Amino acid sequence: MIAYQSIGTALGMALFAWLMQTGLSGVDRKITARIQKRRGPVWYQNFRDVFKLLNKRSVTHGWIFDLGLLIALAGAIGTAMFMPMAGIIPLQGYDNFFMITYLAALGVFGRALSAGASGNPLAAIGVMRGLTQNIGYKLPYMVLVIVLINYYKTSSISGIAALQQVQGWSVLKMPLGVLVAFISLHGMLGKKPFDTYLAPSEVASGPMVEFGGKYLGLLNIAHEIAVFVEISLFVNLFLGGGATLAEFLLKYMAVYLLSSCLGAVMGRLRVEQVVRFYYKVPIGLTILQVLLFTLLYGGVS
Amino acid sequence: MPKKQLPSRFYPVKHEMQTVEAPAEKISPQQRAETWEKIAQYFRANSLWMLNYCTGCCAIELPLVMTSRFDMERLGMMPMATPRQADILLVTGYASLKTLRRLIYTYEQMGTPKYVVAFGPCAVNGGIYHDAYAVLNRLDLYLPVDLYIAGCMPKPEAVMSGFMKLIELIESGKATGWKDYEQRYEWYKKNQLEAVGEVFIHDEFHE
Ligand code: SF4
Repeated sequence: MIAYQSIGTALGMALFAWLMQTGLSGVDRKITARIQKRRGPVWYQNFRDVFKLLNKRSVTHGWIFDLGLLIALAGAIGTAMFMPMAGIIPLQGYDNFFMITYLAALGVFGRALSAGASGNPLAAIGVMRGLTQNIGYKLPYMVLVIVLINYYKTSSISGIAALQQVQGWSVLKMPLGVLVAFISLHGMLGKKPFDTYLAPSEVASGPMVEFGGKYLGLLNIAHEIAVFVEISLFVNLFLGGGATLAEFLLKYMAVYLLSSCLGAVMGRLRVEQVVRFYYKVPIGLTILQVLLFTLLYGGVS
Repeated sequence: MPKKQLPSRFYPVKHEMQTVEAPAEKISPQQRAETWEKIAQYFRANSLWMLNYCTGCCAIELPLVMTSRFDMERLGMMPMATPRQADILLVTGYASLKTLRRLIYTYEQMGTPKYVVAFGPCAVNGGIYHDAYAVLNRLDLYLPVDLYIAGCMPKPEAVMSGFMKLIELIESGKATGWKDYEQRYEWYKKNQLEAVGEVFIHDEFHE
């Protein structure tokens, strides 16, 4: 039985995740602006945007459109509720990697469902591109995590993070793998050069094309929480989590801001270039890494 | 024989009724709505997403306003990809017979509250195209314009100060063009139909 208290902690976690990530993405906009020699908005601009969106009227495109959005939001919040963060484990014993992956997929498919139901062809193109890309970056990521799970003999995320604090971070054991995981993470966050499915001037922001007002506001909230989950997962699995909350947040910010700096200086690839890239470089590096890992740290048992 | 005093509980107790003051300070629903509206206006004014429908040559000044010299993201303004996401419609220059239909489509797709900013004299009275066969001279007959920016074409400084003025108008609740459009919808529709015949965009490639 899960106690009510831990569900409270988990919901608090999701709220904290949203607040922190929305603030950070404002900092991200500021940094992007400074890189482009602009001043940029205030750091809390994204909060203003969300509250403005929630104050706007908008139209729906049928009940599947609404339902998909709710699934996306519920998926994002549900995933964040399970995410351990530097010793704070909201739902003890349930922070399994596979569970989180499946819940995160719920968010992605909710968004795809909603966008598809809007009936706009650009949304359909965006969803198609997004899902193609999703397979591209999920494959190497999954292979790497399965190797890690095999090595540490646990699929609990907090367990892997705790073991790394004793045995050293996984980044030291599999540097190539972490590079691949970072490329995948960059794609998951939808940063340039992998933002083909959002491309504002090409497919008019893809899946979001028919979202406006409150719908876009809720989508934005779901997106920020999903970003939190993706980065926390990376920090927990590859960078050793954190002994204290401060350490965890420091690593989190470093990863996120590195990704956003890279995004600010790169252009967008075309969709076939993205797919070709993902099926060549990360997968090749992953195979190499798995071979090296097996040689150095014992076979796959 | 002196009148027997009854115990106090038999007397009506008036003062107790009076000590309980009527809750005068309680916020009425209307006041609450007003306060909420003020908060909402702050957010609307400081997060303007725009849709630039580049009808005329004024549009060439917008890249300057967006990039590092003038940087309109300072004001919380961003270009957006679709009408559903946008708050302001920028009509950059003259509206012709063909573009007006698109403008009306776009404007009606945007979620309220929404604002229209018109650039240059072309949108006011036709400007240098006032006698061209396809140019509609007065934009505000067809769409409710909240702000005009002067100059043919307006310099980036003028555009920036125009945007600042728009923020001021929204924050003080004076930019109410969208309400006007809802209230006088028949009037606007009549003008639109007189000008363009029908507000329907034909699919030019498949008909
Ligand atoms: S106002 Fe001047 S610059 Fe603007 S559309 Fe008209 S002619 Fe062109």
